Amino acid sequence: MKRQLIVFVKQVPDTKNISGEAMTPEGTVNRAALPAIFNPEDLNALELGLQLKERYNFKVTVATMGPPNAAEVLRECLYRGADEAILITDRAFAGADTLATSYALSCCVKTVGNVDLILCGRQAIDGDTAQVGPQIAEKLNIPQIAYVEEVISISDKAIKAKRAIEGGYEILESPLPSLLTVIDANEPRSASAKGIMKYKKAKTHSELAKLMRDADYTDAQALADKENEMKAKNLWIYEWDAAKIQADVNRIGLKGSPTKVKKIENVVLKAGKVVSIEPTEAGINGLIRELIEDHTLG
Amino acid sequence: MNNKGNVWIFIEQEGSKIAEVSLELVCKGTELAKQLGVVSEAVILGDKLDGNFDSLFHYGCETVYQVEDKALEPFTVLPYAQALVKLLKKHKPNILLFGATLKGRELAPRVASEMMCGLTADCTDLQIDDFEDKVNKVSYKSKLMQIRPAFGGNIIATIVNTWEDPQMVTVREGVMKLTAPDTSKKGKVVKVTPELSDEAKVMKVIKRVSKPKTVDLKKASIIVAGGYGVGTKENFKLIEHLAEALGGQVAASRAAVDAGWINHDYQVGQTGVTVRPKLYIACGISGSVQHVAGMNESAKIIAINSDPGAPIFSVAHYGIVGELKDVVPKLIKAFKAKV
Repeated sequence: MKRQLIVFVKQVPDTKNISGEAMTPEGTVNRAALPAIFNPEDLNALELGLQLKERYNFKVTVATMGPPNAAEVLRECLYRGADEAILITDRAFAGADTLATSYALSCCVKTVGNVDLILCGRQAIDGDTAQVGPQIAEKLNIPQIAYVEEVISISDKAIKAKRAIEGGYEILESPLPSLLTVIDANEPRSASAKGIMKYKKAKTHSELAKLMRDADYTDAQALADKENEMKAKNLWIYEWDAAKIQADVNRIGLKGSPTKVKKIENVVLKAGKVVSIEPTEAGINGLIRELIEDHTLG
Repeated sequence: MNNKGNVWIFIEQEGSKIAEVSLELVCKGTELAKQLGVVSEAVILGDKLDGNFDSLFHYGCETVYQVEDKALEPFTVLPYAQALVKLLKKHKPNILLFGATLKGRELAPRVASEMMCGLTADCTDLQIDDFEDKVNKVSYKSKLMQIRPAFGGNIIATIVNTWEDPQMVTVREGVMKLTAPDTSKKGKVVKVTPELSDEAKVMKVIKRVSKPKTVDLKKASIIVAGGYGVGTKENFKLIEHLAEALGGQVAASRAAVDAGWINHDYQVGQTGVTVRPKLYIACGISGSVQHVAGMNESAKIIAINSDPGAPIFSVAHYGIVGELKDVVPKLIKAFKAKV
């Protein structure tokens, strides 16, 4: 049987390109000011997964937890060469902190079954916590290698990987299955034109159902036939809810999250009294003189 | 609900040398412990440690748990997590602080997951306060307010752990200040043998290459930092020349590090080092919230930028709108003429 690896990816608000206030006056996240993108380091994780597919003939399954629109990042994975995609979506997952998220993702791994390797980006740019990877590993009771730069080799039973440590690197050997968090140390491939041509048609059940409703096809049989046809063509994005991954409802979403948010504030840079210095010799000489006089310089 | 567990600090060591961030956290942890009416205690893991824990006592710890086993040197996450979890279950501390280093950020989530408690990464402030969970109608007394930036630094969130103790956080180096050490203060060392399972020893370190950090930005009293506006690696020499002339230290924003002009050790900001020099000169740095978080407590800030609308000017004491190639040589010339 082909060996399998899972890459977890996330659709995130582009926190580096915010076009307005990050929060609405009501205190919720202002999604309109935050375009959704593929989390950067998850692209590095996907790249590493695809390289391992080429080197060791792994089947690459990609999965994400998120709202229905997050299917977009899964299509991005299919364009680049992933073999199978799973959208984990359910209102019950909403409000999850890293503990509840990693629990749900560990349930997904168990549902997929026979996974030798799990790859995650080191961290997502919306929270920058870097906690979900290690916590999935703990939930599955398997080893983790954080900050992976490259995989040296994989045998039947173990993986050797190079990873960053403070001021250098080390090579670690760990038994399979293991979880790796991947840093920005490879050059993620772009989507191939051929991949886009084929997989832009890939859909989740909800997306297909909506398309058919919009086209006035309400026949359940027609929907089922279409679904089977798309599965046969490998154009199906699996859509799993909490029941499908057998998640304990008390351990997911807000209910499964030990951390509560007490307060959220927009960051407002304190408006100081800036003294304007002319970029002329006189202006700059004056500044230096002042700094020497108050013992900041000299 | 009132917790009487102590405040614990995970002490990071490399060759028995204690990380600076751990000492900073001992200071903060001791302050929190006083507010809670408990004491601060340190936990240090390794093998054949030199046993010199004076600094931990001087900064306020009452106890050091010295956990030693061959499998704890060098650091790998499984034995560290197992040894730590055993101790936490036995001693039930109220709060546990980690440095947000590579090790701390790898270890803390694993421990929190096993303890089924919350964890907040990269806190920039910690306070004690009551918390009322209005949704679930539960009141909590004297909880740890875990304050951190999120969404790329665009918001500041206050987070509370409402499940099992310990209340766990990570904090970056330089964020908490060292207090004056009390060199007469002593404490108790408790030696612990962790009795690790074979399962915790399955990972092997095959090769390890590490050189100590070459720069300590926190100790510099004058910092000259370059950002994306510097333009090229070649232009970055201007920053070096100015730093050299003023007897200061070169630093950079994340954008300049990402551009490859200088390495990460020199990065100031939320994912770099937090600095508080006497003088900070920001050259071609736009002033993202992430960068500003790491330098806005500098005593004097000079911003040089060709864009008069750059946010860096709102935190600067002196603003110079102009081209670096023009302004920097003038600064060097003026300083050399005056001294």
